[in-house]
Amino acid sequence: MTDAPSLPIRILVAKAGLDGHDRGAKVVAAALRDAGFEVIYTGLRQTPEMIVDAALQEDVDAIGVSLHSGAHMTLFPQIIELLKARGGEQILLTGGGIIPADDARKLQEMGVGSLFGPGTPLAELVEYIRTEVAARRERGNSTASP
Amino acid sequence: MTLAAEIRQGDRRALARGLTLVENGDPAAAALLADVGTASRAHRIGITGPPGAGKSTLVSALTALWRGDDRSVGVLAVDPSSPFTGGALLGDRVRMLTHSGDEGVFIRSLASRGALGGLSAAIYDAADLLDAAGFDPVLVETVGVGQGEVEICRVADTTVVVLAPGAGDVVQGMKAGLVEAADVLVVNQADREGADALVAALRSAAELRDAPAPPILETTATTGAGVDELRQLLDARVGDAEGESLRARRLERAHARLRAAVDRARAHRYWAAREDALARAAEAVAAGDTTPAAAVRDLLEGDA
Repeated sequence: MTDAPSLPIRILVAKAGLDGHDRGAKVVAAALRDAGFEVIYTGLRQTPEMIVDAALQEDVDAIGVSLHSGAHMTLFPQIIELLKARGGEQILLTGGGIIPADDARKLQEMGVGSLFGPGTPLAELVEYIRTEVAARRERGNSTASP
Repeated sequence: MTLAAEIRQGDRRALARGLTLVENGDPAAAALLADVGTASRAHRIGITGPPGAGKSTLVSALTALWRGDDRSVGVLAVDPSSPFTGGALLGDRVRMLTHSGDEGVFIRSLASRGALGGLSAAIYDAADLLDAAGFDPVLVETVGVGQGEVEICRVADTTVVVLAPGAGDVVQGMKAGLVEAADVLVVNQADREGADALVAALRSAAELRDAPAPPILETTATTGAGVDELRQLLDARVGDAEGESLRARRLERAHARLRAAVDRARAHRYWAAREDALARAAEAVAAGDTTPAAAVRDLLEGDA
């Protein structure tokens, strides 16, 4: 307990789109839990509205969306827009699926974080979220008004 | 506008931030709680029972009925933190998705973060914030518990213990703790075999006690069967007939809460000033140079 870590990272893990299996999302959720994150798991077929609604109630640091339906160019921008409109712009939006590099670049220009393809080592994902959330918390603290 | 004022006006983002402050034990939390006011208006209902009994599904079904009456419902759902990594998988929302997007429902998942009794240390304060934001009732769903974890009684006005058939031996063991803690006993999954036998077993266990038996209800949360009866019974407890026992419960709750808060604050201050003394005493005890009892006496010496 002497080197108690800072507050646990809270992350919402959701499966978006209409395809009906969430094994991948569950594997990621378990890996993030084992890395010491508090993972709010919301299950299958989540719409952008449902994802953002839950993320704001849970006051998460990050959202991880698993998406294999090919609808990434619609769903990710919708989530980003809703987050901005409802005061959640500091929340990191990341995720995974089969997303062409060109699309990933366009999404990042819109404010989406890094996206991870199948077979990415989970440790890489954990490290990315840790670093990114730490930076965002730092920025939040320096601009927060009491 | 202050965060407290925003919460009282029902700003959901402010409420979410306030919940994070109390959950993290942030220094700003004490001021927020003082600001937000003391009125305890909401009926606080604890939902507890073993894993897999259907607590989340029942919470969701009850919430739907209260929404039908146009009442706003707050839900605090606690899941266990790993004692090894501190991580937690909070999955109760999966069973409550029908309420997504409903402004009259606010669901927050809390990790137990090392607290005992199937709750989170922040649970009192979190319930206060939901109360201040106008949610009534406030439902607190505990970690799936086994025997004797009855902390929920000290948080809730009304404790509902949810059981399911097919766990006969479990119930044997639980008679002593959980079942005594119940203001209402629910046998959920009542469409499954063994439900009637479970009700009979609970009834005979209750008869052995020297206290009035709690009502026993059967529900099937997945279809909604029996849930309205449960809702009516819970609502009746805040009516005139049960008002007296509810007031007594609130007094008890205030006692327990203040004692726990003072204990925590004192322990924190006490140890902050004695880290070195503790380290020395621990070395002496581990080396066999002194007994634990003597070390405790020395540590407490001069402490009022």
